[in-house]
Amino acid sequence: MEISLKEYILAIITQDASLVQGCGCPVFVARESEEQQRLTLMLARILGGNVHDLENGVFIICKH
Amino acid sequence: MQSYGTVILAGIAAGFINRWILLRYDYRHYPTYPHGHVTHLALGFIAASLGAVAIPAIAEPDYVAVTFLTLAAQQFREIRDMERKTLSSLEENKLITRGHDYIEGIARVFEVRNYLVILTSLVTSGAAHLWGWPFALAVGPLMIYGTTQVMSGLTVGEIASIEPAEVSFDGALLKVADVPMMNVGFKATREKILSEALAVLIHPFDDEGRLTLQSPGQRMAIIHDVTSILGAKVDISEMELAPMARMHADKGYLAMFIVANEPDMDVLIEMIKRVPVLESARSTTLKSYWGRKAAD
Repeated sequence: MEISLKEYILAIITQDASLVQGCGCPVFVARESEEQQRLTLMLARILGGNVHDLENGVFIICKH
Repeated sequence: MQSYGTVILAGIAAGFINRWILLRYDYRHYPTYPHGHVTHLALGFIAASLGAVAIPAIAEPDYVAVTFLTLAAQQFREIRDMERKTLSSLEENKLITRGHDYIEGIARVFEVRNYLVILTSLVTSGAAHLWGWPFALAVGPLMIYGTTQVMSGLTVGEIASIEPAEVSFDGALLKVADVPMMNVGFKATREKILSEALAVLIHPFDDEGRLTLQSPGQRMAIIHDVTSILGAKVDISEMELAPMARMHADKGYLAMFIVANEPDMDVLIEMIKRVPVLESARSTTLKSYWGRKAAD
């Protein structure tokens, strides 16, 4: 039986840390857009989650 | 009056052939793997024998033997359990799962088919006993044909119409026609979906159909059957392109999209039409008194 965290934000990737507050998961702050895309891709592959775009420059990774 | 040997032989032959025909290989990946095949044929043979000896036992008359037959019939309950266990354990390692509703449906079908076999051999041996074996030759095929027809059940194509639909993005939100499906973060994934995805709208004919399609189990069954033919571009930990079905809560139709290995819209629509309506998902509540009141 596989056990994993589902329907939960596993990582947040943003360029502006002030957009995210008081969360219970790691926040990765990227310096520029390309780095953010790269980080998001890496984390999504590592965590096995899906990438969601909150459309304010914040990406979250979530497993469904 | 035939000899009991002929009567029993007629019953067993009809029953066994019946089980064999019902156990045909299926595109839906039913568990008819070679070894499973032998298991079910063996059980089918036992079921056929049970049905075949019932009439001679009553004619003899040996009522004790008949009560033993009912005891033996109880064994077939375990078939459901066996299929359920096999399929559930296979389910854990599947990328696109069948869902418990579908498994339950399949398991039930496997159990019921054995009872149908008993019925076929019972009736055939009865015909052989009463009118002679030439009649068994007519009654047997008739029963076999009857059982294949009785158990075919409803399909999605009979409760809903299916039409192709457009995939679009509203920002990061994937939409099929006007139904929001999911948020897709990656630009590259969005472009892949726009260029490769197949999408359909499934319009139920009536409120009962809407309730049936609303069941998550029924949707999983649709997705599983479609994926087993067309394939899906997913891998372990890469489930972003996993097929999905969502309902428009107000308008009552189901939207589905799939990024298939074999993108063929005609086959997709045909496959969805052939998906069986699951017993556990099928709704008849609106036919009840209060259901009719609610629907008017």
